[in-house]
Amino acid sequence: MTEIELLSWARGPGLQIATIIFVAGVVIRIFEILLLGRKANLAEAKGAEMSNGLKTMVTRTIPDPTTFKRSSVTIVSGYIFHIGLFVVCFLSAPHILFLKDIIGFGWPSAPTAVIDAFAVVTIIAMLATLINRLTNKVMRYLTNFEDLLTWFLTFLPLVTGYIAFHRIGLTAPSLLAVHILSVELLLVIFPFTKLMHAFTLFIARWYNGAISGYRGVAS
Amino acid sequence: MTKDVRLQGGEPEQAPEKGTPEKGTLGEALRSQGVSRRSFMKFCATTASMMALPPSMIPLVANALEKAKRPSVIWLSFQECTGCTESLTRAHTSTVESLIFDSISLDYHHTLQAASGAAAEAAREAAMEENHGNYLLVVDGSIPLDNPGYSTIAGISNLDMLKESAKGAAAIIAVGTCATYGGIPHAKPNPTGAVSVNEIIKDKPIINVPGCPPIPVVITGVLAHYLTFGSIPELDHIGRPKVFYGQSIHDRCYRRPFYDKGQFAETFDDEGAKKGWCLYKLGCKGPTTYNACATTKWNNGTSFPIESGHPCIGCSEPDFWDGGGFYKALSLPTEDLSKTAVYTAAGAAVAGVAISALNRAKKNTSNKIHIKTTIDDLRK
Repeated sequence: MTEIELLSWARGPGLQIATIIFVAGVVIRIFEILLLGRKANLAEAKGAEMSNGLKTMVTRTIPDPTTFKRSSVTIVSGYIFHIGLFVVCFLSAPHILFLKDIIGFGWPSAPTAVIDAFAVVTIIAMLATLINRLTNKVMRYLTNFEDLLTWFLTFLPLVTGYIAFHRIGLTAPSLLAVHILSVELLLVIFPFTKLMHAFTLFIARWYNGAISGYRGVAS
Repeated sequence: MTKDVRLQGGEPEQAPEKGTPEKGTLGEALRSQGVSRRSFMKFCATTASMMALPPSMIPLVANALEKAKRPSVIWLSFQECTGCTESLTRAHTSTVESLIFDSISLDYHHTLQAASGAAAEAAREAAMEENHGNYLLVVDGSIPLDNPGYSTIAGISNLDMLKESAKGAAAIIAVGTCATYGGIPHAKPNPTGAVSVNEIIKDKPIINVPGCPPIPVVITGVLAHYLTFGSIPELDHIGRPKVFYGQSIHDRCYRRPFYDKGQFAETFDDEGAKKGWCLYKLGCKGPTTYNACATTKWNNGTSFPIESGHPCIGCSEPDFWDGGGFYKALSLPTEDLSKTAVYTAAGAAVAGVAISALNRAKKNTSNKIHIKTTIDDLRK
């Protein structure tokens, strides 16, 4: 297989397979969660469910001071790499073009120098989370294989994208193919790991807020 | 890495006839055709710089080229469109490059030679015999393997002719993407079973000079390297001379600053296109294509496709014809992904509901068959 053939496979059948697994996995899991059903709450409602749920979706974005003090490295590096991933994924011109091809609309891109800077910062932040995870005794105790796998498979597209942009080591078609393949790998494992939090995060926040709202307590 | 093969190109076994430009040195041939010393030196300087040699090497290149004896060249054309030959012979007015090309001893080229039929084949056989072990074999076009009858010359299949001619060659120059990587005949569904030269010949040094067609100056540059150093130039991982194919079109493109600023032409006639912005979104394959177009340019250094407002189609890369469409940006999927996503989501939604129903049924069954443990049970 030549490198151009590899690239063609990655852009064609590879992407199709990854999309099918990703979409099917995510949709089935969300349906399963939403259709789980809850027992009817017979207690009298002491507040509003919906508004509290919606409020909590936003308020939980800011960590409370005690949690921040206890896990400041996790929170700061976590925030940096999530914002960085967002910028790199959704503001780089080739990525916008890719998304536009699927969803039908696009938006202006950021200059490559900005994307490049964000990529470097994100890589550093992700390395910081890993070091923290491995050096902090409690974190290390709580870490399982899935944590390391999801970290690695999130880190991989970032690094391969950076290397592909700067053409380090291999030729451009190989680097681009490796980058696309690494994204496909991420898409494939996405629905089966904790990466699903990207979709379940706001559902969970709403649910927590709604329960508290019903009980009339702060969430 | 320079291949460790010392070629004796330029030294035909028959002694050249003194004083006749055809059989003399390259320098004599050029002078006899009115090439001035100045333009010859200019060519040497350009060639040296293209080959990434220091300026101090220019006199050496000039000296070597002037004294080089004309090597015998046999040019085989297989499944091709003659575009490679056209590129060499017609792209320029009479330049030093084309004269150098004229000044090799082109003993067989069935498009250019006057002889035809048996006489032409006799010329090839004679050249092969006279210069056995020393001649250069230039091949353009791919070789069909499915059926030898798909492409024959004088009744000889391309495969047989290539094998026979390669035996006594000092080195092979595969010219054009068809000869180097199969090219357009090799494109899906490859009806003739077309393959490249290096898939057949394994025991000779092969220099790949891809492009559809290749830049004339690159071909003459390879010849100049051979004549100057007597060896083949340093090649990349797919057999291309690094001096010409070492950098991507994207990295040397004058429109690169627009890419970096995020300024793209969205269509061929929008403001961006008029302002000369980057053609990435219009399918430019510059980022994955290695060639010298952006530096040496075409038509006597006039311009190259991107300069004319058309994206690079990546013609010097293997399988460029099957790369998912010339006008589809590199980051785009080659197949319709939105359809796949919508159909999958619809199917998965149905599956999700069904799975949830099964889950509920299981839960209900469990509840029904659940036997509560009483205090009496525990006392038993």
